[in-house]
Amino acid sequence: MSNEFIGKGLSRLEGPLKVTGKARYSAEFPLKGICYAVLVGSAISAGRVRSINTSKAEKTAGVIKIITHENRPPLSSPGDRLSGSANSEKRLPLQDAEINYAGQYIALVIAETLQSAQHAAELIEVNYDKQPTVLGLKNKNIDRFPAKSQMGEIAKSRGDAKAEYGKAEVKLESKYTTEAQNHNQMEPHASTAIWDGDKLTVYDASQYPAGVRNGLAKMFNIPLENVRVVSHFVGGGFGGKGNMWQHVPLAALAARVARRPVKIVLSRKQMFNNVGNRSETEQRIAIGANKDGTLKAIIHEGVSDTAMKDDFVEQFTISTPMLYACPNVDVAQELVRVNKILPTYMRAPGEATGVWVIESALDELAHAINMDPIELRMKNYAHQDPEKERPFSSKALDKCYQIGAEKFGWSKRYKSPGTNKRGGKLIGLGMATATRGAKRFGAKASARLNADGSFLFRSSTPEQGTGSITVMTQIGADCMGVPLNKVTFEHGDTNFAAAPVAAGSATVSSVGNAVWGAGKAIQKELAEKLIAEKKSPFFGASKDQIEFKDGAITCSAKTKSKLDYASALKVLGQKSLDAKFDTDPFEKGQDHSTHGFGAHFAEVEVDPDLAIVSVKRFLSAVTCGRVMNEKTCKAQVQGGVIWGISQALMESTIFDERSGRVLNRGLDEYHIPVNADIPEIEVHLVPEEEKHLGALGAKGVGEIGIAGVPAAIANAIFNATGKRIRRLPIRIEDILLS
Amino acid sequence: MKLFSYNKISDTPQAAVASASQHPNAHYIGGGTNIIDLMKNMVMIPDSLIDVSELGDPGIRSTSSGGIIIGAAAKNSYVANHRTVRDKYPVLARALLSGASPQLRNMASTAGNALQRTRCFYFYDTASACNKREPGSGCDAMHGYNRMHAILGTSDQCIATHPSDMCVAMSCLDAIIHTVGKAGERKIPFIDFHKLPEKTPHIENALQENELITAIELPAPLFTDSSCYLKIRDRASYAFALVSVAAGLDLSGGQIRNARLALGGVATKPWRAVEAEEILKGKNISQDVFAAAAESALKQAKTFEHNAFKVELAKKAIIRALAIASRSRQS
Repeated sequence: MSNEFIGKGLSRLEGPLKVTGKARYSAEFPLKGICYAVLVGSAISAGRVRSINTSKAEKTAGVIKIITHENRPPLSSPGDRLSGSANSEKRLPLQDAEINYAGQYIALVIAETLQSAQHAAELIEVNYDKQPTVLGLKNKNIDRFPAKSQMGEIAKSRGDAKAEYGKAEVKLESKYTTEAQNHNQMEPHASTAIWDGDKLTVYDASQYPAGVRNGLAKMFNIPLENVRVVSHFVGGGFGGKGNMWQHVPLAALAARVARRPVKIVLSRKQMFNNVGNRSETEQRIAIGANKDGTLKAIIHEGVSDTAMKDDFVEQFTISTPMLYACPNVDVAQELVRVNKILPTYMRAPGEATGVWVIESALDELAHAINMDPIELRMKNYAHQDPEKERPFSSKALDKCYQIGAEKFGWSKRYKSPGTNKRGGKLIGLGMATATRGAKRFGAKASARLNADGSFLFRSSTPEQGTGSITVMTQIGADCMGVPLNKVTFEHGDTNFAAAPVAAGSATVSSVGNAVWGAGKAIQKELAEKLIAEKKSPFFGASKDQIEFKDGAITCSAKTKSKLDYASALKVLGQKSLDAKFDTDPFEKGQDHSTHGFGAHFAEVEVDPDLAIVSVKRFLSAVTCGRVMNEKTCKAQVQGGVIWGISQALMESTIFDERSGRVLNRGLDEYHIPVNADIPEIEVHLVPEEEKHLGALGAKGVGEIGIAGVPAAIANAIFNATGKRIRRLPIRIEDILLS
Repeated sequence: MKLFSYNKISDTPQAAVASASQHPNAHYIGGGTNIIDLMKNMVMIPDSLIDVSELGDPGIRSTSSGGIIIGAAAKNSYVANHRTVRDKYPVLARALLSGASPQLRNMASTAGNALQRTRCFYFYDTASACNKREPGSGCDAMHGYNRMHAILGTSDQCIATHPSDMCVAMSCLDAIIHTVGKAGERKIPFIDFHKLPEKTPHIENALQENELITAIELPAPLFTDSSCYLKIRDRASYAFALVSVAAGLDLSGGQIRNARLALGGVATKPWRAVEAEEILKGKNISQDVFAAAAESALKQAKTFEHNAFKVELAKKAIIRALAIASRSRQS
């Protein structure tokens, strides 16, 4: 495999487009005759709309139409994920008077200007029949029921954990909680819909254009080919734009009613109400071990919340049976239904909430038996997947521990909590394991060889800031053995070959492999044509004699001749050559388990009186198979770590438990870190050979960056203060009063 | 946002007062960093805005008594970075710089900062009950999520925290507010300017209808060398205070001749801990004296479901701030 560009830390190719404003995001396409829609949200979280009066609003200058459940055109079912639809909530928008969460859309105003629409929206008068709000995991009156996985993967129990826990020499049991979070991408969700007869085009901020296309075709009863979804650039997805939320079909509905293009951009407030969140969780973990650290039993169970009408499981137990070689593991999850928007995938769904618990609990165990936390993890190192009882496709976690510890100076950690002081502050070091399933979804890509010898690769996958354009171009260039400037990657348009949802840290392994495959398909076809074409210097040779190297085509049987791609096309008398490739999903029936791993290390400083925590140093040593682009790869990990620090110390969506309304619906009060909260984040990409997940040898990396980070921070806080905090985010009062 | 009229007044404060009187339900606008948000959220719905951002002297001048006068329109960033303020009133400079973000400080005016309104979630959310926004509607914060709320100066009508950092320093410095109203000019001691919520939480200060702040005066500096502004918050910047402390000590050797102590983030108005100041006066510097002052400052604290921690945090912050102030002379 040529290795000219893959792995290099190239700056992102679309950088100049972005900084000059030429990269257009979904709300930025100027269209003739465009009008604007504003969505009106319910003030209550449970009940019904008794009456809705739009007469004042309708008189506002510039208002084109107001749509409510009383006058809405019908919509058909969008289908579920298994059918290829990206739809989120089952209940269709504006179809009846029922209200299940605060902010749920109850009306839509279309107007000539955004300001007119906003003003009219404020003039709509609504009367409600209010029901009591059901909210909060603390509420013991809410029925709990067993959770079924929505992703088809479910953590598996083994052995007899309850009995073995009872017999264990060392027993530790505790309760951990996490609060709700919202994705809050910098770019709000936005959709612009345009009808041309029965044909629909939607510019949508989506991680999954093909899924949005599928869902819209079903909702409007039109053939799939009549729908085009464009999502070139996405200003942050993180799972939140992996679903089609209700504003998308509503934009199309509004455009159909207005007979004009309609644009909807969600307000920052709506970003907290209407586009999913991370569930709250309450988790119990019990660990039984020998005094020498050998794990005997792990019980990890708990509850997360979901919506009234739909199920989403925040799979916090997903990593538990796989992570350590423990013979007895019990995992179980329950759900409760609450008056909230449907929760959804959010950066490392499951791992971000669950790894924090198991990695905190291991730290508790290490302290209880006076053992180094890394030694404890190595003592129970899983050389093969103990859950599925099969080898890992690759696992250099031991090297992550080793390299991370060495580079971080782990040996300087004070074993006794609360004893390391510097400049009047308590210093603590903590570590945690990171993991995330490495996935590969089915993906298509196309390749075209142009007359000038350049290549065009295409896929419907968007560029969501992760560096996909750059990486796909690197893959294409190395596949064909040509310079980068001979390769173009076009993206984010359902006119191109269908890509899966750009999520699960799987775009490289899915779309990347498809790009590679499409390039290889071009070469295969060229070889076949060159041996069959009489004018070709390679006429009559056999296929396996043709070699592609560094942009040159040679034939071992006819060593005098050499063609480049452009001359090969000329010989064949073709202006261009097209090929396609379909990457298969990496199926469950495979004989290897595929996971990414890493180790996070944190140093915190805690004010002994005021309990102010500041993260002074952070280091992550991660493995992701073959690195595609060192720079964007490290940036992914750093972004994840920052979010992990945020999850550990700041971030929480606060609900009023009586009204079900989000209280901190803005970036002023929904706290995420500012620059001064984040230290330099050192990332080491630990070399690893991955042979099973695809031709590229790459595993996902994005989400390893966040999984485990809160545990590394909490463990460092324990090391600094001797205080074990078992709730996220860790607030000043948790340390001050414990 | 509701439709409103807009008038910019650039000649005299009196003209602005006259203009406000001619427009029903008028409101002044300076930097607009607070009122625009409140209007967008339909929390405040004035029928007209009288723009006073270019009225009067936006600078700082010295007074004959050794103090300074800060123009009402002076931007927070300008005041914070002014040489005299930094040298003579560091507690004010630090307080200003710990508030908001550089962008907001570049817009926000001195008078506007003194008039900024609470960040209580329920005040901002028009679907909630709030006696401050809608007198008589109730207070959803009292039994709601009240982690950010006040523990001092609350009433059975309102527990909203005054959000300003600048005002805590102004209170500590015994500033004087200059105004112009229908009845002419007057001066209001800062400590009397903000009102406790009591039965009328919607009345937040001593201004009469359409009365306009023209300047804020600081008396001659007293505690320059031994002062501190300490702000504790949920992240390193761009967050309102959980607790903030402005402390000033007038020291003679190891003895405290005079002391000023003001608190933010814990009270319904910028809070002067007068009794605590009395405890400090005449005592020698010691942790015990600081602790006694802290105890006294929080003696009247009344806590709610989520904010009980503020008592302990405020005490520790007071002790820390006094310790820093007592050391800053030597440094």
